[in-house]
Amino acid sequence: MPVELITGNQAAALAVQRAGVELVAAYPITPQTAIVETLASLHAQGELKGEFVSVESEYAALACCSGAAAAGARVFTATSSHGLAYMHEMIHWCAGARFPIVMAGVNRALGGPWCLDPDQGDSLSQRDTGWLQLYCSSAQEVFDTIIQAYALAEKIMLPCMVIYDGFYISHTYETVDIPDREEVQRFLGPPSFAAQVQPGLPANLHGLSTGETQAKLVRERHRTMKEALAVLKEINARFAAAFNRKYEPVEAYFPGKIKNVVVAAGACADTVRWCLPRLADTGLIRLKALRPFPGEEISLLLEKQKIERIVVVDRNCSTGMGGILAQELKAALYPLNSPPAVYDLILAGGIDFTPQMLQRLLAQREPHRGFAEIWGVDLL
Amino acid sequence: MAPIEQLNLDFLRTKKLPHIWCPGCGNGIVTAALVRAIVRAGYDQRDVVIVSGIGCSSRAAGYLNFNTLHTTHGRALAFATGLKMARPQLKIFVIMGDGDCSAIGGNHFIHAARRNIDLNAVIINNYIYGMTGGQHSPLTPLGKKATTAPLGTLERPFELLELARGAGATFGARGIAAQPRQLEQLIARGAAHKGFSVIEALSPCPVAYGRRNKQGGAVEMLKAMKENAVSVERASNMDAQALAGKIITGVIFTREAPEFCELYYQLIEQESKKNSN
Repeated sequence: MPVELITGNQAAALAVQRAGVELVAAYPITPQTAIVETLASLHAQGELKGEFVSVESEYAALACCSGAAAAGARVFTATSSHGLAYMHEMIHWCAGARFPIVMAGVNRALGGPWCLDPDQGDSLSQRDTGWLQLYCSSAQEVFDTIIQAYALAEKIMLPCMVIYDGFYISHTYETVDIPDREEVQRFLGPPSFAAQVQPGLPANLHGLSTGETQAKLVRERHRTMKEALAVLKEINARFAAAFNRKYEPVEAYFPGKIKNVVVAAGACADTVRWCLPRLADTGLIRLKALRPFPGEEISLLLEKQKIERIVVVDRNCSTGMGGILAQELKAALYPLNSPPAVYDLILAGGIDFTPQMLQRLLAQREPHRGFAEIWGVDLL
Repeated sequence: MAPIEQLNLDFLRTKKLPHIWCPGCGNGIVTAALVRAIVRAGYDQRDVVIVSGIGCSSRAAGYLNFNTLHTTHGRALAFATGLKMARPQLKIFVIMGDGDCSAIGGNHFIHAARRNIDLNAVIINNYIYGMTGGQHSPLTPLGKKATTAPLGTLERPFELLELARGAGATFGARGIAAQPRQLEQLIARGAAHKGFSVIEALSPCPVAYGRRNKQGGAVEMLKAMKENAVSVERASNMDAQALAGKIITGVIFTREAPEFCELYYQLIEQESKKNSN
């Protein structure tokens, strides 16, 4: 397997190429643009077998992908921040129409004012749309997750966002194992889902429905999404057997007896992992899947430990409520008899998350009872 | 031609300078031409609002010392429409790039033209998305290379002023960064015109467009622009063959039609009179 020194964005583009994607439609936006540029270059060299459509907006990109997915094609798009927000109507539509589209979402803050830093609020504000959301912590994981995302999306017929932090992952060079196209094709196979648009089978698709019909469709999507955790685990196991790299929807790193657990997603989780050997009594829960939400897995993990305090790293803020991962986590703590204190470390604006920041936070001697909100900007 | 106006430094946020544009970029020339056009028009600084979208061109809003609104990609004209409707006395200049105006914002562009609302759209056309590193836009000439068109674009470009004319704009002019004096006067004429004015300002992007398309550096690009430019008066005596590949500069079209805010406020006045009778 060739190992290459590439960025997260290049890893995403190579995964798309290896996955045998049949159509790519995208529009430039920082920090995503390099994915599309790499794909355009591969296309020009004849190394991307699919079609490349350069569109007039992100909205058009996702609509274009939807059209191709309706015809049974494996499709890809990528965006960030305002581009993702601009797609919002189509994002709901793709889930409702059950198009197994895979999108790379590269985190960046939403304006105004304009900001390029990797706040996760762009993708988190799309968490209720019916898309699977998988957060990655390295360029290798970006590559692997895009491959897995096609297997998952096409199996359960729901679209999937593969999400990673702008700049920290999108623009940083890392060594990445890149399996060749044949190996990936052996794992993934060609798209096998049924085309909705089929010559000879005329149908009126996605027309007006009643609230009752809609309710049944939403229930079906919701149940499918919940069952997706098991499907994802199965895909992970198969992927590990083929490529020798293993991921879980939620990953725990508990070095011995611990009192603190840090919960994080994306690049921040990797920073915590680096810190673990340097910290006493501290473990990590890395959230890879946010939709479906692995709530039960999290409560099971915490139940077995005598945890005093959970620190949630939230590079986002739901204004008026607080960090979004902390909200989700609190739901997972509900079944516990004596839930630990929760410190919500809010890094809204996409500010840097440093080991020193975490150390300073954990050094606070008397844990708050219940819930505390800590702003990263105050710890800089 | 009237002499060049003084560049009023009060109209620039000089503390924000130097600007972020790359060496050889024409955006600074267009911005200076806009400042001189505002001096020429004699507007009070407090009456002028600059609205910009997203991209290299839109950074101009940060350097201009008026009320300036930096908006979202493609939506500058929609923001400006709201502003003009609420405060019709304001003199509004909307600075956009080619991608901003004609791709993601294409819809707002044709509707602003259709309404003939009294806004002055200044489109800095450098044929490329510069800020994101050189993707082709709807104004990239056919066959030219971009990061998203490594073999040259296959998509036919818009003829921006024809699009504006077809959609209902009442003033359309084209200038080039290589002829800043003319550009200043065209922007001033557009500002004086009541209705939707479109100024297409061609501007070199040596970094993201020129280099990839072997157009030389900034000097060569400006020279080529100047050599290819033909005034609209001279063009009227040239045949299609002689005009191939030329850039026609000057006022391309102008016509009279009711302005939207005026129509709107007239209707309100008329109806309120009816109701008070």
